[in-house]
Amino acid sequence: MRHGKRLFIATFLVPPLALYALFVISPYVQAFQISTTDWGGLSPEYHVVGLANFTRLLHDHYVWNALRNNAILLAVLPVVTIVLGLFFASMLSVGGRRDRAGVRGVRGAPLYRLVYFFPQVLSVSIIGVLWKEMYAPDSGLVNGALRAVGLGGLARPWLGDPALAYWCVVAVMVWSNVGFYVVLFGAGMQAVPRDIYEAALLDGAGRATTLLRITVPLLWDTVQVAWVYLAIVALDGFALVQIITDGGPGLRTDVIGLRLYSTAFGDAKFGYASAIGVAMLFLTLSIAVLALRATRRERVEL
Amino acid sequence: MRPASIHDAPVTRRRLLTRAATAGAVVVAAAGLPGCAMAGGARRETARGKKNSENPLGVSETAPLEVVIFNGGFGEEYARAHEAMYRQRHPKAEVRHTATQEIAKTLQPRFVDGSPPDVVDNSGAGQIDFNGLVSQGALTELAPLLDAPSLDDPGRTVRETLLPGSLLPGTYNGRTMALNYTYTAYGIWYSAKLLADHGWHYPRTWDEMIALCKVVKAAGIAPWTYQGKYPRYMSWPILAAAAKLAGPQVLVAIDNLEPNAWKHDAVKAAADAYYQLAVDGYILPGSEGMDHIQSQTEWCRGNAVFISCGSWLENEQKAVTPAGFQMTVAPTPNLTAGDKLPFAALRGTTGEPFVVPAKAHNVAGGFEYLRIMLSKQGAADFTRKVASLTCVRGAADGLPLPPGLASVTKALTASGDATFNWVYNSYYRKLERTLVDAACGDLFTRRITPAEFVAQCQRGADEIARDSSVAKYRRG
Repeated sequence: MRHGKRLFIATFLVPPLALYALFVISPYVQAFQISTTDWGGLSPEYHVVGLANFTRLLHDHYVWNALRNNAILLAVLPVVTIVLGLFFASMLSVGGRRDRAGVRGVRGAPLYRLVYFFPQVLSVSIIGVLWKEMYAPDSGLVNGALRAVGLGGLARPWLGDPALAYWCVVAVMVWSNVGFYVVLFGAGMQAVPRDIYEAALLDGAGRATTLLRITVPLLWDTVQVAWVYLAIVALDGFALVQIITDGGPGLRTDVIGLRLYSTAFGDAKFGYASAIGVAMLFLTLSIAVLALRATRRERVEL
Repeated sequence: MRPASIHDAPVTRRRLLTRAATAGAVVVAAAGLPGCAMAGGARRETARGKKNSENPLGVSETAPLEVVIFNGGFGEEYARAHEAMYRQRHPKAEVRHTATQEIAKTLQPRFVDGSPPDVVDNSGAGQIDFNGLVSQGALTELAPLLDAPSLDDPGRTVRETLLPGSLLPGTYNGRTMALNYTYTAYGIWYSAKLLADHGWHYPRTWDEMIALCKVVKAAGIAPWTYQGKYPRYMSWPILAAAAKLAGPQVLVAIDNLEPNAWKHDAVKAAADAYYQLAVDGYILPGSEGMDHIQSQTEWCRGNAVFISCGSWLENEQKAVTPAGFQMTVAPTPNLTAGDKLPFAALRGTTGEPFVVPAKAHNVAGGFEYLRIMLSKQGAADFTRKVASLTCVRGAADGLPLPPGLASVTKALTASGDATFNWVYNSYYRKLERTLVDAACGDLFTRRITPAEFVAQCQRGADEIARDSSVAKYRRG
């Protein structure tokens, strides 16, 4: 019987693991190999160049320029998204007026929850194209709205202004991500016993205090998860940047994913692009570990 | 207490870490394609047939032919007509037709595998980098095709039926590796109706241009706009004006990455001239934030008078061009009275590169297909279908042309032997698409001066010249 059970488990486990090995692990390992060659990606010929690609990487100012943008994203995106997500989620689940029914969300909370989640339903490319048109200087909705309310003086050629273009893309990333975290945090808050909130209210805690002293500590695990997730998103950012600005104006919104892509498919340097990819892997892993370490805290037991 | 609580969180976290690892893997995997990315397939012999006067290229009658077309501004219908002509000549051969917008993504693995198609229209934003294709030996040299007798007149070779300069953009260190099929004029575009309605005339000198801009602006219209997100479009009139000022040798130096080629006085003078448009506020506000379609549409709506573009503009704007717009191309105005080239001189170049991969299974069939495209019938059919000229001499004679294309034909005839061209963009894609592009963006938003502009372009060119991983090409 015991033997049969093992076989049973193996039957279910082997096919997915094999697929995973073939389509995820093997390209992974190959990238390491390719990164030590000068393979151009258009013929089977290549030379092994050792670590030359990595040395080149250290002195490539395009790569550093892209990394700097990723670093900005890493500093801004998780913080802004989590703060907004927590704020909206707490308004939706406990921010409403206190009444006989106990603590509840603001009026229309289910509707808001739905609306916040919309961007999550759209594919990234649709979001990119939508916002590209929204930011258009004359026909775009952003400038159109500004002009309609008499703030035409604030209208800008958003994506054409090097000082603003990157922030425009960051804003889209926040917008497209925040809905998911509203739902994630919201689900976490549902699990927090209502009586804790009611007790806090009875003790005279305001909304801000409730959020900072009760919700956040109780949700800390979820926040930590969100942090790692968003850090990884911040190190990528390829799809939205490629669609909205394609790195422009003048490489000022370039990110490392886009650099990798144009090195491989634009400049036909697959070996070097793989080296960028390998370097990014280690960077991503280190940052994920750091994020988990830095946010480690005693868990609150209920 | 309810059963569900935050005690469940660690599970989420574990799942999350798996996902994190996967996300990392995707970043890496993006660089190498799944499967054995670098392994090549077995080398197959290319199909051959008997050479005779009817079949000068020695096409095998039974070998299938595979054609991949870039499905962009020209669509794919024109190719079906060429394929039908091929079938007519070689009824036993099967012709496979594919069209895609992503040439590089679709074909890159097949090049590596050693099983590429027989003819590829390597065009569009997703084209495969030519520097890489040529330096990695992925293409067949087209000399046998060019020296074969043409389809219409066995007394003349295919080479002799082409417009002068047609082969320059596809020629690398003297070897022609790509056939650029369309013939494109680059210049400054305007609506002849708009100019006539206001009683304005297209300026022949730069001083007249600035004077006209003043009048246009006073009339409440922006004199210029440009494809702000792809500001390299504005490098074209600058280089054209420089070539007209000091002669086309300036362009040869740039193509050959000669030291200080961009710092030539003529390039600086041209940059100075066009910079004036930004300084005097003659550019449609917000242009820098528009992509090519957005800015060209503003121009079609009459919100700007002039725009720099190539002759695909008419086709690209077909849907939004008002009736009676009379789209017209003109050469760049002369910078001085002493310019080396006359006013009529403009950039004429071939585009839409067709290649026959080195490892194609039917190289002779690929050549034959190109020979058919270059016949009078094949070329005239292309012009009729997509409203673009081809590199075939006289193929558009007598065809009814839309207004923009008619003006292109006229401009090219007027330009004649003074027509010039540059090819650094096809030698070193990145130099134009990234580096010069960035410099133009900064120049026309006045973040840098013309002197800094030429210095920045020069830095980009020097960087490419120093980079040992980029193959270098020279022209005469």
